[in-house]
Amino acid sequence: MAGKTTEQTLAELYEETGEQHLAVTLTFNKVPQTILVPSRTLASDAIRHYLRKTGTHVGCEHGVCGACTILLNGEPVRSCLLLAASLHGQDVTTVEGLADPDGTLHPVQQAFVECHGLQCGFCTPGFVTTIAAYLEKNDSPTRAEATEAISGNLCRCTGYQNIKAAVLRAAEIRRERAGLSPLGGDDELAALSLDDKVRGNTAPVGGKGDRT
Amino acid sequence: MKPSALTYHRPESIAAVCDVLARLGHEAKVLAGGQSLIPMLSMRLAAPANLIDINMLPEQDGISIDRHGVTFRALVRHSALLADDDAHQAQPLLRRALQLVAHPTIRNRGTTVGSIVHSDPAAEMPAVLGLLGGTVRAQSQRGIREIAATDFFLGPLECGLAEDEIAVAVTVPRRAPNEGSAIDEIARRHGDYAVAGVAAQVRIVDGVLSTATACYVSAGELGTPMDFTEVLRGVDPADADDSRWNAAGDLARDTIETETDIHASSSYRSQLVAALTARVLHEAARDALRNAAARTQRPDGDAEPRADSGAEPREDSDTEPREDSDTEPRPDSGAVSQSADDSASASNATGRSGTTGGTR
Ligand SMILES: Cc1cc2nc3c(=O)[nH]c(=O)nc-3n(C[C@H](O)[C@H](O)[C@H](O)COP(=O)(O)OP(=O)(O)OC[C@H]3O[C@@H](n4cnc5c(N)ncnc54)[C@H](O)[C@@H]3O)c2cc1C
Ligand code: FES
Ligand code: FES
Repeated sequence: MAGKTTEQTLAELYEETGEQHLAVTLTFNKVPQTILVPSRTLASDAIRHYLRKTGTHVGCEHGVCGACTILLNGEPVRSCLLLAASLHGQDVTTVEGLADPDGTLHPVQQAFVECHGLQCGFCTPGFVTTIAAYLEKNDSPTRAEATEAISGNLCRCTGYQNIKAAVLRAAEIRRERAGLSPLGGDDELAALSLDDKVRGNTAPVGGKGDRT
Repeated sequence: MKPSALTYHRPESIAAVCDVLARLGHEAKVLAGGQSLIPMLSMRLAAPANLIDINMLPEQDGISIDRHGVTFRALVRHSALLADDDAHQAQPLLRRALQLVAHPTIRNRGTTVGSIVHSDPAAEMPAVLGLLGGTVRAQSQRGIREIAATDFFLGPLECGLAEDEIAVAVTVPRRAPNEGSAIDEIARRHGDYAVAGVAAQVRIVDGVLSTATACYVSAGELGTPMDFTEVLRGVDPADADDSRWNAAGDLARDTIETETDIHASSSYRSQLVAALTARVLHEAARDALRNAAARTQRPDGDAEPRADSGAEPREDSDTEPREDSDTEPRPDSGAVSQSADDSASASNATGRSGTTGGTR
């Protein structure tokens, strides 16, 4: 295969398969990459099968469940509703790209660990990417805002209470890492965090009857 | 659940898009946000041989506001239009409706023009365009034309674009000084398509209602407003107990056709139509009152909302050239031009839309 240009390879792929192939060059988890894919390839499949990162999960494949959510130029989008071709020239981050190079977990990942934010873990990559992007815009969400932030993602294990707790805890961790008070300036949030601290991070659903 | 084989085109100018469309017309589909088209490809409900991706056309991304209204181009994402404060001031119904469109992640990619072209009866923005009487600008090698909303919506998933045309922009009129609007819907889950929804616009003259129209989501004829002026003329917007609000709801139930599907029966939908119509028309009327009142409270403005058709200079940070409001002749309105401060008082219109973009 040595010495062949991309054009030649694409032409050969067309000969072999009878369908158009494209070269897609993107920045994938901070690394420049080029993949050759049939033009009908969904971004979710390109990520899993061509870029070989299987953290991005595919549930419904029509935009409803959110398991496939990735960051496209920092914004959360459904990778099952994108063509791989649309990633050309773009900056893509998947759940694998969130941790620091030294292995330090992203605040949202760390919060999921602490708050028992996952059960089977199928939905988790989509939640983590969605929440990571959300906290860039709103670094101290209220409980209601945390609910809203995760409303576009489905969890079949119904771990929403703990996932919501993880949103608030992730905000705390971000502040801690920035050298600020983890409780933040927001009174309501501070009270809730304190409450969580006293009761433990993962107050069971049944134990929260009197809390909203 | 995978698309069938296709040829992907990535033209870099609108002229090149029109070239491809002229050549391939019925065998090609424009790909904007893909939030409706890609699922259709995956489920093989559509299998075009060619896709024309317009995402590489930066000049197609832009929102502009002038005396006629708010114009958003083909690549403006729902989230961008939702967040645009100037657009909100000029026509508050845009933000109020966009808050009901899908989830933030979908809105990051889906375009408002794409939603209108898609002409889904369950979508909010076609109803908004129909209600406000906006226009769609279509371009092809044959030239550019404006299509009025009344001519644009032909039926479910069918719009008035010709095979070789691309929609390059949509314009919705500004809110007039005496107008108010509201939108509300019932969805099974927040962010889902509505089981039924209503958008309404009213005008008030001398403190009472003078015209009222409503347009329906997941009910009735796509993008076609229904007129409630007969039932509601002269109603005091502040009077919640007036029986005519409910009479309007009854009229809607008897007129608007609803269908049964897996989500709801036709009779349940009709009940929603009746209840929502009464509620949303009344909310739109109160919005009109607030709109008028906000103008009188302006420290620099005319003290009397209906005093004249006055040219009132804007002095907000807006850089758009604004012309006098009397360029739009409305004999019944006594126009006072759009004020910047009305968003604070008016953005609560639907209860759900009190907060700004992104959160509810
Ligand atoms: C889970 C989910 C929930 C959703 N919920 C809602 C909801 O509650 N309310 C709602 O209104 N919508 C909803 N949507 C749809 C969403 O708003 C879409 O973004 C929108 O309907 C289509 O816009 P698009 O830019 O993605 O268009 P695309 O999917 O790219 O295109 C749709 C159609 O329009 C054509 N088209 C697009 N742009 C142009 C153009 N400029 N010129 C000519 N043709 C064009 C395409 O060829 C295609 O036929 C939802 C989508 C998903 C996936
Ligand atoms: S797999 Fe993409 S949203 Fe469900
Ligand atoms: S943890 Fe199992 S689906 Fe969410």
